[in-house]
Amino acid sequence: MTMQTNGITVSTATHAPLWRIRLRLAWRSFKSSWATFAESPVGLIGLGVIIFFGLFALAHPILMHTVWDSATYDPQMGYDMEIAFHPAAPSVRHLLGTDPLGRDVLSQLMYSTRYEFVLGILSAVVTVVIATTIGAVAAYYGGLIDAFLMRLADLVIMVPFLPILIVLSSFTEVGMFELALLIGLLSGFGGNTIVIKSQALSVKVKPFIEAARIAGGSDFHIIFTHLIPNLLPIALLYMMFVVTSAIFSEAVLSYFGLTTIKMSWGIMINTAQTQGYLLRFDTWYLLIPASLAITLLCAAFYLVGRALDEVVNPRLRSR
Amino acid sequence: MEHSDILVNIQNLSKLFPVGGGIFRHSDVFVHAVSGFNLQIKRGESVGLVGESGCGKSTTGKLLTRLLDPTEGKIEIASEQGVIDIASLRGKKLKTFRRNVQMIFQDPYESMNPRLTIYDTVAEPLNVQGIGTITEREARITELLETVGLTPAASFLFRYPHELSGGQRQRVAIARALIISPLFVVADEPTSMLDVSVRTGVMHLMQDLATNLNVTYLYITHDLAVARYMCNRIAVMYLGKLVELAETEELLQHAQHPYTKALLSAVPVPDPTYKRSAVEIKGGISKPINPEPRCRFYDRCPLADDSCRDNPHPELEDKGDQHFVACHKI
Repeated sequence: MTMQTNGITVSTATHAPLWRIRLRLAWRSFKSSWATFAESPVGLIGLGVIIFFGLFALAHPILMHTVWDSATYDPQMGYDMEIAFHPAAPSVRHLLGTDPLGRDVLSQLMYSTRYEFVLGILSAVVTVVIATTIGAVAAYYGGLIDAFLMRLADLVIMVPFLPILIVLSSFTEVGMFELALLIGLLSGFGGNTIVIKSQALSVKVKPFIEAARIAGGSDFHIIFTHLIPNLLPIALLYMMFVVTSAIFSEAVLSYFGLTTIKMSWGIMINTAQTQGYLLRFDTWYLLIPASLAITLLCAAFYLVGRALDEVVNPRLRSR
Repeated sequence: MEHSDILVNIQNLSKLFPVGGGIFRHSDVFVHAVSGFNLQIKRGESVGLVGESGCGKSTTGKLLTRLLDPTEGKIEIASEQGVIDIASLRGKKLKTFRRNVQMIFQDPYESMNPRLTIYDTVAEPLNVQGIGTITEREARITELLETVGLTPAASFLFRYPHELSGGQRQRVAIARALIISPLFVVADEPTSMLDVSVRTGVMHLMQDLATNLNVTYLYITHDLAVARYMCNRIAVMYLGKLVELAETEELLQHAQHPYTKALLSAVPVPDPTYKRSAVEIKGGISKPINPEPRCRFYDRCPLADDSCRDNPHPELEDKGDQHFVACHKI
């Protein structure tokens, strides 16, 4: 094909390189989404709590290097020799007291936070990758492939979530990483796939898909440049809800002692329980901080999800 | 008609859609959306395909662009590589063929990916077909956007479809269809979703492009006024069959098929004192599900008699002056 330019190249040379324009466009769309997001106080509260926990997690290694000596304050191995009886109530030395094994509760709480984040986000990413790919493929091809993937989803939904985690954890050692993958796989193949597939079905019938096919686009091209980008907003939304359920599931499993995780919020409650301090008012500092942290972080991601819902679904907007 | 002039030669094209059925069960009930469709389109010509909703005109468009696979029949296109029958193309050949035929869609609001910029939308055929370097593509896109009346092109390149008006979007859609210099463009009611004020602008543009870039159109529409303005020839379709085909003015002045006459009598006339001639045909359009082997128009035709019922659907016959009519009674 001949490229007739007729001197118009001059005008194309004047604008910035492609990547910089794309960056600017992305920034602009981010700003407008942020404006919608910031309209709801719910989302801002959630985001605030998440940021607080983020800083909380970051502070731990800094404190360990500066103020806290590792022999006393290490979340797993530490033991305070100067206190005769553990668990000890909150004091200036231990702001949230010590646990039955003489370890600092605040240090444990901060140390666990980063793993909760990693767990939540990793399982959410696994979920979204699986759910989006499978949802898009099932919707695009239909027929036998669709039938197979959707029956698989039904199967995964039918299997109750926590019991299967309990069974699996009794067969293998389940650490934080394995748990994140497991939660990601189970929620990826289950309900999220169906939600995303339903969205994909509504995108698939749009004329721009046909236009892409007439241009000669392969199935791969159509799925990855047209279908999936239009599913990503809703996938991001479900990602938030997966984070919530992942953190919660981890807490439940750890509380039952079914994981090999060394330290987490669930393990903290588990320690209180196995040592017989669970339902005592005087040792509230063994139960309340970890429970509150789980509740707050789960709620925060859920709230952010609800606010994102308004950004993603224009129909929900009050305007 | 010289044979070398013919760009698109459609022979006995049929598309049957099964009714019901599923993965394990084959249906023996079919909607005959298009059946026994014959049409020759000359190079540089605009042919209008006119008919009621549900008569199969959009299906024909989709068959010509191979969005649907024909059940039987041939679609021959005289491309640079010689005459190819696109009905049987597969894989890589099909992809290469797609450079020759493009489509303009009815709804400019849905025919562009809302997440892609105008640049990406127009560049897609070039990207997919691997034509030109990025600089060449950019130059060509800028040039074409200016040609379709989006000036200055630089201010449109990196906008999203939702930032454009309906008329501008349809211009982008036209630019996208023409970016790989196709021989043949199927335009599926490209102006029906536009405001009347922008409609003429877009029609003008399409005509200019037809003469300047030597594009051949199949113009699918239900609006005879649009067809008259845009097309050299008009083909009238009824329930999957062509019933009449002639030069535009010839068809409008001397319509012979009772269905065409009825269509023409339904065109609004801007005159309050005008008395509409009595509607000749009865009933509404039915679905062509396993149709009886008789004239498709039998149920509604004012001229129909027993011979129309007993004989199969009539073939197109030349009544002189390249005026083809499919009717037993004429």
